[in-house]
Amino acid sequence: MSGNINWFKYSSPQTFFPLAGRLASWFGTLAAIACAAGLYLGFFVAPTDAQQGEAYRIIFIHVPAAWMSMFLYLVMAFWAGLGLAFNTRLSGMMASAIAPTGALFTFLALWTGSLWGKPTWGTWWVWDARLTSELILLFLYFGFMALQAAIDDPRRADKAGAVLALVGVVNIPIIYFSVKWWNTLHQGASVSLTKAPTMAATMLTGMAVMAFGFWFYSIAAALMRARCIMLERERASDWAADYARGSA
Amino acid sequence: MSWGSLENFLAMGGYAFYVWGSYLVTLGLIVAEIVLLALRKRRALARLRLDGTAAQGDR
Repeated sequence: MSGNINWFKYSSPQTFFPLAGRLASWFGTLAAIACAAGLYLGFFVAPTDAQQGEAYRIIFIHVPAAWMSMFLYLVMAFWAGLGLAFNTRLSGMMASAIAPTGALFTFLALWTGSLWGKPTWGTWWVWDARLTSELILLFLYFGFMALQAAIDDPRRADKAGAVLALVGVVNIPIIYFSVKWWNTLHQGASVSLTKAPTMAATMLTGMAVMAFGFWFYSIAAALMRARCIMLERERASDWAADYARGSA
Repeated sequence: MSWGSLENFLAMGGYAFYVWGSYLVTLGLIVAEIVLLALRKRRALARLRLDGTAAQGDR
């Protein structure tokens, strides 16, 4: 029977630690390959935009970074919720491990958006619904990290952080649909499942490949951070001490 | 897409500041995150080894 896989085998830090190390190397390598391919497509294959000239090339990091900022928040909230429901140690560690990388991509979405807005809209910033809700996302990540850092007991920090993360999920559909619900300076969705693509195929491909690159990078970075958290929190355990001795 | 020369590529059709300002900050922050993670791991391991020597001293 195939139903006999022990899904809880990797739910303890001790067994997950070596697996996370191997996965981090693999996803790190995949991220480097995808980003190299994506940058090649973005700079050497994709044509110049008829309206925006070369300024549009910011799209190859702006859109993937914005997607990751929202996606990572959902993954973080998923782990946080799982930890809250089942009280598993690893779930809280995963949520904490994702937050800084999520904040990084949120900042990059705002930063690259600002540098794109100046030449195309004539302004670095505008308080429209899309930009404002993305800024709120950055503050949610910061709030999550600050709250966890302020509580000494890691289990209590996980619980408090989880509640904040879950409440903040309401912001994600607001960001995503903001360009539909409100009249924003920000343009509508770049990629739609229901409409024919409005971009050149090579632009779209470059953007998709970069999105995979950022996604793989996020997995690698989150797993590396999760390993650090495991070593810090499992300080008193034999496996952590053994690992430290073995890697001397 | 042919740029013709390195100068043309770097000029980005007059948008060099905006395009490279986006890409360099992205690269810089990703490199910074990787370095910080490596340092954090090294610090955690050093502390574990310190715990180990302290425990041996107790015996």
